[in-house]
Amino acid sequence: MNNQHSISNEPKYINPYLGGVLLGLLVLITVFITGRGLGASGAIKSSVVTTAQIITPEKASANNYMNKLISDDHSPMYTWLVFESLGIFLGGLLSGVIFGRVKKFRVEHSPKITSKTRLIFALIGGALFGIGSQFGRGCTSGAALSGTATFALGGVIVMFSIFGTGYAVAYLFRKLWI
Amino acid sequence: MGPLIPNGIISGNWDFVIAILLGIAFGFILEASGFSSSRNITGVFYGYNFVVLRVFFTAVIVAMVGVLYFDYFGWLDLSKIFILPTFLTPMILGGVIMGVGFILGGFCPGTSFAAIAIGKLDAVFFTIGLYGGIYLFSIAFPLFANFYDSGNLGNVTLTDITGISTSWFAMGFTVIALAAFWGTSIIEKRVRKNITEYKF
Repeated sequence: MNNQHSISNEPKYINPYLGGVLLGLLVLITVFITGRGLGASGAIKSSVVTTAQIITPEKASANNYMNKLISDDHSPMYTWLVFESLGIFLGGLLSGVIFGRVKKFRVEHSPKITSKTRLIFALIGGALFGIGSQFGRGCTSGAALSGTATFALGGVIVMFSIFGTGYAVAYLFRKLWI
Repeated sequence: MGPLIPNGIISGNWDFVIAILLGIAFGFILEASGFSSSRNITGVFYGYNFVVLRVFFTAVIVAMVGVLYFDYFGWLDLSKIFILPTFLTPMILGGVIMGVGFILGGFCPGTSFAAIAIGKLDAVFFTIGLYGGIYLFSIAFPLFANFYDSGNLGNVTLTDITGISTSWFAMGFTVIALAAFWGTSIIEKRVRKNITEYKF
């Protein structure tokens, strides 16, 4: 009976292998329809370039990295990955509503650290992930998952570097999680 | 036949509608698999929850084998699909930086979008960090522009580099994945037994 109680308290996630099969089929369908895989960091890059265009237009068009995304006929927001990432948010919301996980804003962290610590490290981690994804030509979705699935050498390199480094430094930051 | 949009079978006008629909499916799968929780995700690095490995490896082998079948049946012209270019050293460095960011932040970009949707404030901060990081990178770009473009091998696949056919790689990944599923399930049981202060 005790068991039953603890099971009913657990979040109802789907079976991970089912999730994996669905995600694999989704990558396949995406490649079949669009000729490219999924992505996520590209949408943030578009919003960065858009902001830069508004607040410092001369600097944005003079910047050799940003001006690749700048064109005369449409805003950098008008790109595939921005719409797809909007979809990620909506899909997450849909799943959260169905499984009853949408609640007011809260912070998830190890009992060994405070919410404030968790938020500071989330910010730093996000910044590093943002910088790394530019050198990596994509993040876990675009490079590691979609790249590897299409047998791209770069995808496999990014996948092993991310997870290899993760394991290498995990022990140093264990207090954040366990 | 495929890829449908590059081959003009589906008009490019549908591009953004399709983008949103595929994104919704992506976000749904991420959230439903438990990737809206940073402690679920980082469990893969500490041995208490291997859901990331299970989902990610299953997805990679399903997509790899699927791509090969689609090619075999003539449904997908592999010469027309996008192959991620390889820039050797920048991509290794990028992966290393992302690996540290993963441990500190607990999310990756896609999972943080899905986590914001269910109300995770740490995911909001992670995404603000992403934005700041990419802004910083763009502004500082002239400093390392040469490095960024170094080690360019072009849009190469594993087969281009090694001469070994894609089906061998698909089989190799599948065998590694199955071994990893089995091995990590044993590790997970042991680790969970030894961590008494939390419920998983």
